Amino acid sequence: MSVRAAVLRTAGTNCDAETVHALQRAGADVDLVHLHAMMRAPERLADYRVVVFPGGFTYGDDIASGVVFAVEMRERVLPELRRRIADGALVLGICNGFQILVRAGLLPGTAADGTPQASLQPNISGRFECRWVRLEATTGRCVFLERCQVIDCPVAHMEGRFVTDDALRARLAADGQLALRYTSPDGGDAAYPWNPNGSRLGIAGVCDPAGRVLGLMPHPERNIEPWHHPHWTRGTAGGAGLAVFVNAVNAARGDA
Amino acid sequence: MTSTTPTLALALAQVSVKKGLRDPTAARALESLRAALPGAGLRSVRFIQGYVLECPGAAEAAARAAREVLADPVTQTWSVDELPAPAREDAAAGALVVSVARLPGVMDPAEASCKRALAAVGIAARSVGSVRRYVVSADALGEDELRAAARDVLANEVIEEIRTGADFDMRAVHPSPYEFHRVIVPICDAGDDELVRVSTEMCLSLTLLEMQAIRAYFREEGREPTDIELETLAQTWSEHCKHKTLAGEVHFTGVGGARTYRNLLKETVFEATRQLDREDCLSVFVDNAGVIAFDDEHGVCMKVETHNHPSAIEPYGGAGTGIGGVIRDILGTGLGARPFLNTDVFCFARPDLPAAEVPKGCLHPRRIMHGVVDGVRDYGNRMGIPTASGGLFFDDRYVGNPVVYCGTLGLIPRGLVQKAARPGDVIVAIGGRTGRDGIHGATFSSVELSEDSEMLSAGAVQIGNPIEEKRVLDALLVARDEGLLTAVTDCGAGGFSSAVGEMGEETGAIVHLERAPLKYDGLTYSEIWISEAQERMIMAVPPQNVARVEAICKAEDVEVTLLGEFTGDGRLRILFDGETVGDMPMAFLHDGLPRVAREAVWHAPAAIAFPWPDAPAEDLGGDLRAILSSWNICSKEWVIRQYDHEVQGASAVKPLVGVHGDGPGDAAVVTPLAGDPRGVAVSSGMNPRLGDLDPYRMALSAVDEALRNLCAVGADPRCAALLDNFSWGNASKPDRLGSLVLASEGLRDAALAYGTPFVSGKDSLNNEFQVGGRTIAIPPTLLVSAFCVVDDVRRCVTSDVKETGNTLYVVGVTRDEMGGSHLGLVRDAAGGEVPLVRTDESLAVMDGVHRAITAGTVRACHDCSEGGLGVTLAEMAFAGCLGIDAALVQVPFEDAGDGVVRDAALLFSESTGRLVCEVRPGDRERFEEALGRAPFAALGTVIDTARLRVTGLRGRLVIDEDIEDLRTAFTGPLREGAAS
Repeated sequence: MSVRAAVLRTAGTNCDAETVHALQRAGADVDLVHLHAMMRAPERLADYRVVVFPGGFTYGDDIASGVVFAVEMRERVLPELRRRIADGALVLGICNGFQILVRAGLLPGTAADGTPQASLQPNISGRFECRWVRLEATTGRCVFLERCQVIDCPVAHMEGRFVTDDALRARLAADGQLALRYTSPDGGDAAYPWNPNGSRLGIAGVCDPAGRVLGLMPHPERNIEPWHHPHWTRGTAGGAGLAVFVNAVNAARGDA
Repeated sequence: MTSTTPTLALALAQVSVKKGLRDPTAARALESLRAALPGAGLRSVRFIQGYVLECPGAAEAAARAAREVLADPVTQTWSVDELPAPAREDAAAGALVVSVARLPGVMDPAEASCKRALAAVGIAARSVGSVRRYVVSADALGEDELRAAARDVLANEVIEEIRTGADFDMRAVHPSPYEFHRVIVPICDAGDDELVRVSTEMCLSLTLLEMQAIRAYFREEGREPTDIELETLAQTWSEHCKHKTLAGEVHFTGVGGARTYRNLLKETVFEATRQLDREDCLSVFVDNAGVIAFDDEHGVCMKVETHNHPSAIEPYGGAGTGIGGVIRDILGTGLGARPFLNTDVFCFARPDLPAAEVPKGCLHPRRIMHGVVDGVRDYGNRMGIPTASGGLFFDDRYVGNPVVYCGTLGLIPRGLVQKAARPGDVIVAIGGRTGRDGIHGATFSSVELSEDSEMLSAGAVQIGNPIEEKRVLDALLVARDEGLLTAVTDCGAGGFSSAVGEMGEETGAIVHLERAPLKYDGLTYSEIWISEAQERMIMAVPPQNVARVEAICKAEDVEVTLLGEFTGDGRLRILFDGETVGDMPMAFLHDGLPRVAREAVWHAPAAIAFPWPDAPAEDLGGDLRAILSSWNICSKEWVIRQYDHEVQGASAVKPLVGVHGDGPGDAAVVTPLAGDPRGVAVSSGMNPRLGDLDPYRMALSAVDEALRNLCAVGADPRCAALLDNFSWGNASKPDRLGSLVLASEGLRDAALAYGTPFVSGKDSLNNEFQVGGRTIAIPPTLLVSAFCVVDDVRRCVTSDVKETGNTLYVVGVTRDEMGGSHLGLVRDAAGGEVPLVRTDESLAVMDGVHRAITAGTVRACHDCSEGGLGVTLAEMAFAGCLGIDAALVQVPFEDAGDGVVRDAALLFSESTGRLVCEVRPGDRERFEEALGRAPFAALGTVIDTARLRVTGLRGRLVIDEDIEDLRTAFTGPLREGAAS
């Protein structure tokens, strides 16, 4: 049976087309929905087993990345989204989508009252950077990363440094919520530029305690074709990013 | 903007990173200020983002805004009015505070986002101003010094004001509403002096001859013109819009004998396109961009624009609106194309130019470079269009006039390529509101800059808002796909005036200017008409479709205005509140421009031989490293990585290639349709160093280089289409125009020889800077862009060497052509023959290599251009992290007529028409067969040892370098943008 997925967009979203395409390739039946339409009828969220917040510069990253989207979502969409998550819906935030989920308090999702516990702050380099990175799935907890070990894909962001206090970071690590980390090409700890933003522990992606909400700075939707990988002319075929979407669709189908 | 309507209460919310947490914004400011204040003993900078809220109960609202919206609860702290706690402590300990705020009337794109977020939590702010504040702790620093340093590194006083002190005096400015009065400009009885005075005082940039034509028209009409009529004529007749020089009559004398062109562009560049008559050309030179076939259903279009003058004054805004403008050109091609790739080519003076050599009135070239790069980055990235192709070129003559070329490619359904507004269609404006920004951009771009320009032309500064443009893009493509439009174009130079004037040329139009939504009160009807406020498009919509267009725009938060309608009377009628303020026939507007003949002359500079040393050099490794480190050749990774070149998930050949992603690619290849391996390759060729010596050869060389770059990635150059962009000095001076004539002839000859038509182009003349009686003209800066459909990107190749044991071939002939070479540059030596393209030979090389790549026999391919064969081999080696063992003895070579063959000429001559290919041993036979009649030689082998070794003609090693040293030489100079 088909799995319905919603990709939520607004002014400044700009990775929506490729995210829709990746989900379709994974077998989902995808609707591209404007945030304002969703604000008018948040009950529509119940139609979807997968909700994706794609990358972009919503509202220009003004104030800070993802803030305006998260504030607009706060009153009507967020409570409904929390209900859907409790009900088993899968939520994925990529890049700006990750920033939105963190600002909205959905990730790491450890505060009972939903207060934000973490933040995505400017890269240590002080610059926007676009480059390919190597990701390692560190935990079996996250349903999006089933059977994934290493995924190469690009990052392209200015605010990607995951910041939280030491105690919470340790707890997230112990609980398997630090779903993805940047590694060096040989799998070791990544220094700049392999860790492009200076996140402690090389944190690239974080999931909620249930492993059903995932946010990540890198862009798996930009590595779904053989020719996407920067080394494809050297014999390394691309496509590893598709697994994230296939896992989501499979998990949602299993749940349905 | 004199009297103001009363402001509401104001409060300043201030947000800063919590003590003990890293703040990269503050760290960068500290670094910049340290460089500007070397003796001040700077210890720390704390950064504060301030928001001036104007609303009832401001103080309370500001506190709530900070708590709920503006400050990040995890990492930031906030306060209202007084400094936040950590900064307060610094200030108490003697730190100085410098604040940067926008000047009144300068658009702040963040304001709309802030208002929206505040509205979501129930705060209705009338205005939100943003202020950047820096709390600076230092051993020895005075406020005046800090203010001066802020002027150099933190703010641009063309659009911002700098204030010092911990207290910040808040202001909100609301101009009074405009009261209508029609302005008549009497010229019918004016003498010539008076006409010139009117043109100057109104900033019309119209010549006496043009003013006389206007006077004659209005005498005939028996009435005086209004201000808006003169403004409309000035916009329409500007060099920027009408290309008076390139499309004008030219009498040439000099090289090749005297000749006359009735219309230079039409008889050279267009003529080649007309003669070639290629059937895949769907639209050429008639629309905002040229369109060629992509597949059976789609066309692909490309446009490259210049934005030189605005970038000289305000680099960030100028370059940002440059890319914003060319994106709108693509949105306004046919009934709307979807942008899928951006390109950028910039020219600056050297970033390490000593401050004393920067003329008064110019920003330092490093500052301009950073501003331009940041501006294109922030606009292009926010639009979600990958920037994957481009270049940087340095020459000190760009000190007063940087060159900023921004290009965009788009995809359009083939059925939507044609457009025409029809009588009865509604003139619909969508997008941003109209303000005073960018008044007189079209006419300003057509004059020379001087040391006073920075002050005089602040009104010409345009500020971009990419998110507004993204909304316009989203809405426009929906309206296009629903078939609701009959025509669309962008508001660029000249604003509504140019857009409506061009779209209604065949029909006539009536507009009601009071309907245009304004950013603030107080604009006159003329200002509304010619404002170059960004992010606006004009559509022609049949009346029955208007409601649907409005609904689509509403869903995307795009403002829609029904500005008027296209009529059938052939007149342009402009009304304000029902009063006619302008009424002229379109025919006069578009065809009334008097034609002038210009004189052009070019004499070739005296030939001088390249000053070769008497003894052959023993070791050329030092020359190679020096060339790799020269500004033009060194890595541009610092720029490239700040651009999102992966968005849209379409990149197949990236701008940087190889094991570590630091080898320069020849051309970018992207797949504009998701999941489809059909691609588009794009490249460019430009070499102003040759233009000084021989503009004709420069033009041939630029075309050859652009096509060779396409060939190197596996595209078929014979299927390419070309674009020409001229940035020149003052072309009313005969020598400047002379070089332009020769360059145009070169383009024509190259296009005809290669079978590659020009489909679009743009020029920017008058790139000269006046300072203290001295004129600095830029070198002739001809950019040729090439784009081409690639049937299957899976057959593309990259330039990094792949495997040990493979053979390297050089295809094409190397000649002793050292004129304008980079060896000459690093050795500070002039002279030598300027590279001459043998188009027939070059075509054989490209055809052969293309066949070889298509046959799957090529593992890597890289062109030989700036820096010659030596640079090509070095780049291929370090990109592939393998060594190369090469020998020069076999390289096909022609000497300079002196019978001497030199290693240095073989390695560093910049002869065109050459490519280097890597081939597996088992494929050599098939490769050589595929090359056909192209001259070639096996040059060397890919080796395990990480060294580039080149054996010279006398059997000795002339280069023996560790590839890591070559990599360092290449990547070092611009690593951090040569610091800030």
